[in-house]
Order: sequence, then C-alpha cells, then structure tokens
Amino acid sequence: MSQRNGDSSTMLDQLAPVEVAVTVNGVDHTTAIPPHRTLLDTLRDDLGLTGTKKCCADGECGACTVFLDGTLVNSCLVLGLEAAGHDVTTIEGLSMDGLTALQEEFLAAGAVQCGVCIPGQVMAAEDLLRANPAADATEIREAMSGNLCRCAGYERIVAAIQAAAGQRVEIR
Amino acid sequence: MVQYRRPRDVGEALQVLADANGSGRVLVGGTDLLVGVRRRPLEPLVLVDIKAAVDLPPAIEVTSEAMRFGPTATMSSIGADARAIEWFPALAASSRVVGSVAIRNRATLIGNICNASPAADTAPALLVYGASVTIAGPAGERTMPLSAFFLGPGSTACGPDELVVRVDVPIPSRGHRSAFERLTRRRGVDLATVNAAAGVSTDGVVTLGLGAVGPTPLVSGPSSPIDVSSPPAVADVVEQLITVATPISDVRAGEPYRRAMTAVLARRAIQRAVEVAS
Repeated sequence: MSQRNGDSSTMLDQLAPVEVAVTVNGVDHTTAIPPHRTLLDTLRDDLGLTGTKKCCADGECGACTVFLDGTLVNSCLVLGLEAAGHDVTTIEGLSMDGLTALQEEFLAAGAVQCGVCIPGQVMAAEDLLRANPAADATEIREAMSGNLCRCAGYERIVAAIQAAAGQRVEIR
Repeated sequence: MVQYRRPRDVGEALQVLADANGSGRVLVGGTDLLVGVRRRPLEPLVLVDIKAAVDLPPAIEVTSEAMRFGPTATMSSIGADARAIEWFPALAASSRVVGSVAIRNRATLIGNICNASPAADTAPALLVYGASVTIAGPAGERTMPLSAFFLGPGSTACGPDELVVRVDVPIPSRGHRSAFERLTRRRGVDLATVNAAAGVSTDGVVTLGLGAVGPTPLVSGPSSPIDVSSPPAVADVVEQLITVATPISDVRAGEPYRRAMTAVLARRAIQRAVEVAS
C-alpha cells in the first residue's frame, strides 16, 4: 500500500511502519518507515546509503548532513516520514560521476584523516560554494561551524574549500 | 511509542492535538523536538507535522503595521530577509547565530519561542520589538504579548490542545535603533551563556531584552529618555534595567560571571544599536 504525500487520513495513525515514496539521488524509492525513524537511519539502514554518517545523531556534529529539496539539513533531525514526497541528495548523489573537484581538493589538501566527518563536510562545503563560490576563509569557517572533525583537520579542510572556491571563481 | 500525523489543515491539526490528550507535540523544524524524542523514546508521543497544512499563514508576510511570521518561517529565511534586516536588525542578527547553517535551515522562529528555553536567541529581540503571539485552539484564536507567553523554562501559555499560528512584530517608527549581543563559550553551535537585545527610540528611551538570566527570556523598560551618546548615562540605564535579571549557575557559567556579563552585553547592545544607526 503506497501513500501519497499529505494523505493523512489512513496514514500514520499507527506505530507500524508506513510505506512512503521518497526520491533519493534522483531515484524514486517506496519504503516502509516507522514513525520514529530518522531520515539518517532510513538512508543508511533501509536504503543502504551508508555514505551519510551517523555520529552524534543529536544535531551537534554535522556528519549526517544531506540536502533536502536542495536545502542543507542534518538528516538526524528529520524524520524519515517527513521526507515523504521530497527530494534527498546524499554524498553518493553528489559524486555519481566520480569524485567532484571539491572532493579532489579535500584529498589533495590532506583534509581526510579518519574520514567519518568528510561526507558531511563535503555537503556543507558544496552548499556554501553554490551560494558563494568566492567564499573567503572567514566565510568558510562560519559556514562550516556545524561540522565537527575529531581528527581536528580544520586547517586543511578550510584550505581544501578555499582551493575549490578558487577553481569555481575561475570557471565563472 | 511515537506516532506521526500530517494533518491537512489547522482544524485537523487541532483535532489531532485534542485526541492526543496531552501527548501531542507540534512538529515543524524538529531541531529541538526530535532531540527530545531520542532521549525519551518510551513516552507516548504524537508528533503533529503541520508543514503540509494548507491553511497555515505564510512563512513571512508584511502588513501595514507588522511583519508576520508563520510556523514555517525558518531562522535562515528571517536572517536573510531584507525587510527583517532593515526593521528588526536585532531579530535578524539573532536568527543568524542559532545553531549551524543546517540547523537554521530547519529551525523556526515559532519553534524557538514554543521551546521556551530561557536562552532562546530570538526571544530578547522579539520582546524588545513588542511582538505578539497568536494561538489557535478549540475555542478559536487568541493573541497575547510575547512577554505574557513565556511562563517558565520549557513552559508557555500555549496549551497542549493549541498551536501557535503567528508571531506579529510591529514595524518600529522611523529612527528606532536596535541590536543583539550574545556571549557563548565558542563561536559556532553553542547555546547562549547570556544574550541581550536593546531597542533605542529616537528620544533615547531604552528597552532591553535579556536571555539566559532568568526562568524565561526577560524584557525590561522602557527607561526614561537618556543621552545614549553619554557612556555614564548608558551605564546608569543598564544598571537600572538589568535588575530584572536573576541569573543562576549552570554548566555554561557561574552566577557572578553571568551577572557581570549581563551588564556588559546590555551596554554593548545599546552602543551597537546607536553606532549602527549613526
């Protein structure tokens, strides 16, 4: 049984999983999601998209950052059911055609150590550069303040994003 | 024991809240609510996601007298709104420092006040601007000043079978100046140790909003007219207005430090309001 977005009369009265449609990285999925399950767990456990990382699951660390309808969000603070009828982009969707130039800059700068925070870092950096391709170091630090790196690779992360910003400005 | 409902209009949302018999919580941004759900997974809880309700007021609307914020007005949208920045610089500034980019894209103004943290960053500014809150319930709508809405930490005048549908912020008269100041332990993703908003009218009347120094966000003033260009006059009015603060010691700061910083932030907010305008 598939439910349309917003059709609440039969939907969601129960504690049992509810089947909903959600688009992830351009692919339409129909999946049964229990009411309490976050979008983060839906992506990882139901859809097998483990690029999005689970770290604090409390909205503090940014490891689970994805785009929801093109807007940067913490997927641990969105219910799977809230994403019904919406469009999600994860790190897998960003790099469908291989690593992006931004990801290459992360590698070149040595910004990737243990790697757990990096998918979220890349999503947040991508969001910044889409809005502000010429972002300077201060703007980068401000925009990235919701993404923690326990290896403390911040200097190199900022350097990687600055390098990518330089490229995007040149392309323009 | 979590249920999720997505009502199609405000009337249905109110019905779901009534049926939930006290265990309903309105879900919009979820940045506070869903953290709470994780910590208390066994309590019965009906999450009422009103984002798909067709008759919700618009996120941001301007009337001849006020800027109106609906339940879906996010921190990001307010912080970037040119009219909000012009008319309500303290509100716009406070909207831009809550959490992180991803949090601000989701967190809402109405959620911030309904969560009723004493440290809610947007509350001091809203109080300074004389914001009012409109609550929909089984008996219709009622409107009250925001200062009467906060009852205590996590507690508001919005009942379990009601929901806040609008916050109205009156457009200030020309020449009204305002600013927001905030003290945190680190720059990003932290709750305020103390926050303050100041409003200064053209004749030098000062109103202060203070956060994290009492059981609710506080408003103090309006003062008598002062010469805001005179540091001793500003110091005097700060001393007089911050007497409403009753800070406590907690994980973010001790009481004496909080008390001292309340005066510092209040003074800075007044000075910044005046400087920005001149």
